[in-house]
Amino acid sequence: MTMQVERPKLTIWERTYLPQILHGLWLTLKHIPQRKFTRQYPEEKPPLHGAYRGAPTLVKDPEGRVKCVSCQLCEFVCPPKAIRITPRARPEDVPDANVEKEPEDFVIDMLRCIYCGYCEEVCPEEAIFLKQDFAIAGYTREELRFHKEKLLELGGVQPDSIWKWKFKGAPPLDAPGAPKREGAGRKG
Amino acid sequence: MTTKHEMELIDSAARAQQVMEEELAGEKMVINMGPQHPSTHGVLRVVLELDGEEIVNAWPDVGYLHRGDEKIAENMTYTQFIPYTDRLDYLAPLANNVTYAYAVEKLLGMDVPPRCKYIRVICAELARISSHLLGLGSFGMDVGAMTVFLYTFREREKIYDMAECISGARFTTSYTRIGGLAHDMPPEFVPMLRKFLKEFPATIDEVDKLLTRNRIFCERARGIGMLTKADAIDLGVTGPCLRGSGVDWDIRKAHPYSSYEDFEFEVPLGSVGDSYDRYLVRMEEMRQSVRILQQAIDNLPDGPVNSPDAKILLPDKEAVLTKMEELIHHFINVTEGINAPPGEVYFSAENPKGELGFYIVSKGGGTPHRLKIRSPSFVNLQALPIMAKGHMMSDMVTILASLDFVMGECDR
Repeated sequence: MTMQVERPKLTIWERTYLPQILHGLWLTLKHIPQRKFTRQYPEEKPPLHGAYRGAPTLVKDPEGRVKCVSCQLCEFVCPPKAIRITPRARPEDVPDANVEKEPEDFVIDMLRCIYCGYCEEVCPEEAIFLKQDFAIAGYTREELRFHKEKLLELGGVQPDSIWKWKFKGAPPLDAPGAPKREGAGRKG
Repeated sequence: MTTKHEMELIDSAARAQQVMEEELAGEKMVINMGPQHPSTHGVLRVVLELDGEEIVNAWPDVGYLHRGDEKIAENMTYTQFIPYTDRLDYLAPLANNVTYAYAVEKLLGMDVPPRCKYIRVICAELARISSHLLGLGSFGMDVGAMTVFLYTFREREKIYDMAECISGARFTTSYTRIGGLAHDMPPEFVPMLRKFLKEFPATIDEVDKLLTRNRIFCERARGIGMLTKADAIDLGVTGPCLRGSGVDWDIRKAHPYSSYEDFEFEVPLGSVGDSYDRYLVRMEEMRQSVRILQQAIDNLPDGPVNSPDAKILLPDKEAVLTKMEELIHHFINVTEGINAPPGEVYFSAENPKGELGFYIVSKGGGTPHRLKIRSPSFVNLQALPIMAKGHMMSDMVTILASLDFVMGECDR
């Protein structure tokens, strides 16, 4: 099933170029009263769709535990190698100290990050989430190497979808005051 | 009957250097076009040998955007390479994702569910429209018709909104996975696409009216950059450039993949093989893409988008969080990659610019031993010396625009 594209032969009237000028002017006139397609960007933010992949952040559970357990899967999968994790054992005095490890430091180099979302996809603890921040700026390179504290601050609190600590006396998921879960239902 | 050409295609960069250094006899002059010329769409350097304003010879010099993607692929798992395919032809990242996924699936000898195939068709066709819109817009702008560029970019913006909706990013989509997709299309995507399909033909007609019968455009494009049928085949030119020369070759028809056999569409062919024909072919391809998209959205099958094999795709997140077996699969799959059988495969698909092929050599295990990317822009650029010879220096801009290449893919 093929078709030959038609090469039009210009008429004498068209060869004067006048109809083209008139048509061009008419087209521009037609577009003037139409709704503007552009946006006054810094004042007017674009609407982002649900699955938008912005800056990766770390989250805590409602109990204030850092969800990350330093399995280093995100560090491994990260295509541009933007993540560096220093694992450590949890301090002895913390309850359930011997259950999981925790990150001593968790660095994401925002200058290397390509926002592919693989870290969120592979995280087996739902500890890393891509927020919808897209305008990340800083004055120095060091400023844009986000450390654990900064990432946790950006990420906030995320309820546990399976509540893995439930046998340790944690409050139920639907407890009053429990924050709403963001990004729920995104396929991992 | 075969025709003979004197072509200096071997190491054109070295030849260009030689020409620059040689003393030229008589009136001839050598000048550089690029790597920062606005009409070279990136970083292509063309060394032109001119006799007055006439081009005697042209040597394209590529490689300014070389990032070593093929070598990078050898050092990571098949899944990890998907974001790198976004950056090949960065005007059609969705189509690259689709082609790469099919290439690896061919190596694994697996099939994907019909819904996944249809969504991949939608992705590939949207990418085709967006790439052609940019190609035509910049073609118009290069020959002096600025308005077209603005109208085509408005439509492109809508396509990028849709790409963001479906994949989560405008350009760096990374939407496909080996054996499926990152996630099913969100429910708000279908109305968005329907709205676009309703509005878009009007824009094609606007562009058509502005350019096709425009005397200035016709005179700048007609008879410029002739590429005969035989030359196009000899040089391995693919895509709209090949079909503009009148060769009936479209991989979607010749070797249907991704259920393209279910769709009704025509393959537009040019008759003469000049820049104008390539322009007409691209215009018609956009119309045909709209037809394909309409059929895909009307007949979109239900069902899963991912193949159920946990050794290839990551298991469901809910199961990973609660079950031991899935957690083990998850860790093995991420750290070791997909265990591909040893072997060699070549898969190519009809991308907006032409035939994009991936040649994968696997020695087993999670990473490719060698991954060769057959990029259409690189091969199509070979035709530049033949097309440019005998034309004026200012026609070079038209020829480059009508070839519609992307240096990200050419140099990879």
